[in-house]
Amino acid sequence: MSEIAKTAAAENSVPFVKRYAVWIGFFIMLMAMPFIFSSNIGLYTMNLMGIFIIFALSYNMLLGQGGMLSFGHAVYFGLGGFMSVHFMNYIEDGAFIFPMWLLPIFGGLIGLVFAIIIGSFSTRKAGTVFAMISLGVGELMAASSLIFVAFFGGEEGVSGDRTMGPPLFGFDFAQDIQVYYLIAAWVFVSVFLMYLFSRTPAGRMANAVRDNAERAEFVGYSQRKVRFVSFCISGFFAGIAGGLFAINFEIVTEENLNALTSGVVLLMAFIGGVGFFVGPIIGAVVFTLLQSILSNYTDIWQLYVGVLFVLTVMYAPHGLTGIMMMHTPAFKMKRLGSLLVPYLRIGIPTVCFMAGIAGFLESIHHVRGAPVDETMMSLIGIEFSTHSVTPWIVIFLLTVVGGYLAKTQVSQFKDAWDTANDPNADSEGASS
Amino acid sequence: MFELIFFSLLNGIVTGLLLFMLASGLTLIFSMMGVLNFAHASFYMLGAYLAYTISIYLGFWVGLIVAPILVGLIGALVERYGLRYVHRWGHVAELIFTFGLAFLIEEVVQFIWGKDTKAYLEPEVLQFPLFTFFGQNFPAYKAFMLLISIGIFVMLLLILTKSRVGLIIQAAIHKPNMTAMLGHNVPLVFMGVFGVGCALAGVAGVIAGPALGTFPGMAVVLGSIVFVIVVIGGLGSLTGAFVASLIIGLLQTFAIALDYSVNDLLTVMNISFDADSALRDLWSLSLPQIAPILPYLLLVLVLIFRPTGLFGNRET
Repeated sequence: MSEIAKTAAAENSVPFVKRYAVWIGFFIMLMAMPFIFSSNIGLYTMNLMGIFIIFALSYNMLLGQGGMLSFGHAVYFGLGGFMSVHFMNYIEDGAFIFPMWLLPIFGGLIGLVFAIIIGSFSTRKAGTVFAMISLGVGELMAASSLIFVAFFGGEEGVSGDRTMGPPLFGFDFAQDIQVYYLIAAWVFVSVFLMYLFSRTPAGRMANAVRDNAERAEFVGYSQRKVRFVSFCISGFFAGIAGGLFAINFEIVTEENLNALTSGVVLLMAFIGGVGFFVGPIIGAVVFTLLQSILSNYTDIWQLYVGVLFVLTVMYAPHGLTGIMMMHTPAFKMKRLGSLLVPYLRIGIPTVCFMAGIAGFLESIHHVRGAPVDETMMSLIGIEFSTHSVTPWIVIFLLTVVGGYLAKTQVSQFKDAWDTANDPNADSEGASS
Repeated sequence: MFELIFFSLLNGIVTGLLLFMLASGLTLIFSMMGVLNFAHASFYMLGAYLAYTISIYLGFWVGLIVAPILVGLIGALVERYGLRYVHRWGHVAELIFTFGLAFLIEEVVQFIWGKDTKAYLEPEVLQFPLFTFFGQNFPAYKAFMLLISIGIFVMLLLILTKSRVGLIIQAAIHKPNMTAMLGHNVPLVFMGVFGVGCALAGVAGVIAGPALGTFPGMAVVLGSIVFVIVVIGGLGSLTGAFVASLIIGLLQTFAIALDYSVNDLLTVMNISFDADSALRDLWSLSLPQIAPILPYLLLVLVLIFRPTGLFGNRET
C-alpha cells in the first residue's frame, strides 16, 4: 500500500489505469480479503482494522498534517458512535425510515458539530496549549458520559440492532461478511476523500502552518482558520469511524470516548508513521494485528506494545513507514538485494535476543500468575516446566548470545547500508 | 454545617498540598525543558509501589526515605538516556515520549506487582484519631501528610531562593546558554532537577499510597488533575501551582461534601419539571456528581479566557 504516496508524483498525462493503479489495487484488495481470511476471527479483525484505519487517518489529519497533538480525539469517535447507535434504535422503533448503511453519516455529522464547537476555541494555538485543551475536553466528555445516563447509557453503554433497517440488495447486515463489505466501502470512500483533502489547497496550507505558522500568516492565511478547517474535517471522519464501530459491535460504551481510546489512536498513528499518508493505515493494521493475535498468546501484550511505542518514539520517529521509506534510494538504485545478507546477519541474532527477552518475561509472568502446582507452561507451542533449570538456561543463552552477536554485526550492517545508499559507489555493491 | 466546612477545609488542604508535591516537580521540569512530563504521575505511582515493597521487609519509615531516592534515580536515568535523546526530534516527540513512558510504566507496574490493589497501610504508630471534633475523627495520618507536605514545600522554597544550587537552577531556567557560558554544567542541572522532581512525586506516592490506595490506575486518577493544576496556575509558575493545587483540592472536597443539586435550586425557585424528559439528568445533577468534571471545566475555561494561567507569564 505504500505506493499510495507515490501517486503524488503521478503526472496528469498518464493514462487512467496507470494513474489510479494504487486505488484500483486497494479496491481489489478490500474486495478479495474475505476470500483469503474467511474465518470469523479474520473477519472480526478486518472489521476492526477498517474502523481503526479511518480513525487513525482522521487523527493524522491533526498530528501529521496539521501539527496538532491531540489527547482527546476519541471524543469525536465516541460521540459519533453514540449518535449512530441512537439512530439505529430510532430506525428500529420505526421513528423514521433510513437505510442502515448510511448510518455513519450521522456519526460524522455529530463529530463535525462537536469539532466546530470545540475547534472554535482550541485551534487558536498549536503545541502544548492545544494538547492540554484536547486533554481537558477529553476528560470532561469522559466524565460527563457517566453523568448523563439518558444519552450515554451510563456504565453499560447503549446497544442497538443493526439488522432492523430496510435491506439493501438483500443485505440486512445479519452476517459479519456483509458488515465487512459495508465497512470496506466506507473505508475506501473515506480514505479516498481524506487523501483528496490532503491534496487540496486547504490541506496544503495545513502542512504550511504546521511547519511555520508565522510564515503562513505572512502569506495571508490565518493559522487559526487553517487549523480549524483541518480540525473539523478530522472530527467528521472520526465520527464516521465511530458510526461504523456502532454498526459493527452494536454497542457503544463510555470506554469508546475516554482517554484510553485517545491514547490508542495516537499510538496507532505514531507507530505507523505520522509523516506519511499511508502511515496511519499501516499503524492501524499492525496495531489491530498485535491486539487480536498477540492477545491470544500472551496476557502481557500491552507491555510489548508499550515497549514498541517507546522504542518507535526514540529511534524511529517516522514510524514503520519511515523505516520502509528509508529503503527507497537503495531500491531505486536496484541495490536492495545487496542488503539481504547483512539484514540476515543482524536480524537472526536480534530475533534470538528478543525471543530471549520475551521468553524471560513470559516465564516470570507465568511463575507469578499461575497456580502453585501448575509448573508447565507453553510458549509458541513449546511445552516446558518453569521449575526446571533448562528453560531458564536456554532463555539466558538466547538473550546474551543473541544480544552479543547482534552487537558485533552492527558495524558490518552500517557499512553495507552506506555502500547501498552511496550514489557514487559501483552499482555492483558490496554484499560483504 | 460548621463541622462539615471545618473538615472539608482540612481535607481540602491535605489534598491540595499533596497535589502540590506533584505539581511543583512538574512545573519545575516544564520551566526548564519546556516539556510537560506526562509520566510525572507514573513516578508518583512508582513511589507508592516501591515503598509498599520496602515496607514489607523494612517497615514504612525506611520506605519513606528509600523509595523517593530510587524514584529520583529512575527519573534521572529517564532524562539522561530517554528525554535527552528524544530532544533532537523536537517538542512534540518529547511530549509523545513521556506519554508513551506513562503507558509503559503502568504496564511494567502491572507486570511486576499485578493488577490488584496492594494492602499498603499507614504505620501503626499513626493509626489513631488525632482529635475528635463534633463527633468526627481526624486521623493522625492525615496530619502527618499535612506536615510532610508543608515541610517539603518550605524546604523547596528555601533551596530555590536561598541556596547557591537554587540560584544556578533559576539561572538555568531563564538563560540556559548564559549559565552554561559561566561554566555551569546545565545538562547536569537539568538531569538533577528532573530527578528531584520525580523524587518529589515519589514522596507524594509514598505518603498517598496508604490514604488513597495503591493500585495500577492511581497514576491515571491523579495524572490529569496535576496537569490541570499546572496549566491553571500558569505553566512554569511555582506560586501559581501552589494556589491552583489548593483551589483544586478545596474544590474537589467541597463539591463532594456539599450535597446540593439543580433540583434543589429549582425547588427554591418554585419551578417543577417533567421527570421523564430527555433532559432529566440535567435537572437532577448534584454537586458530588459533577465533582470529577469541575477541574476540567476550570481548565477549559482558563485556557480559553486566560491561556497564560492565573500566575503564568508565558504561553506555549
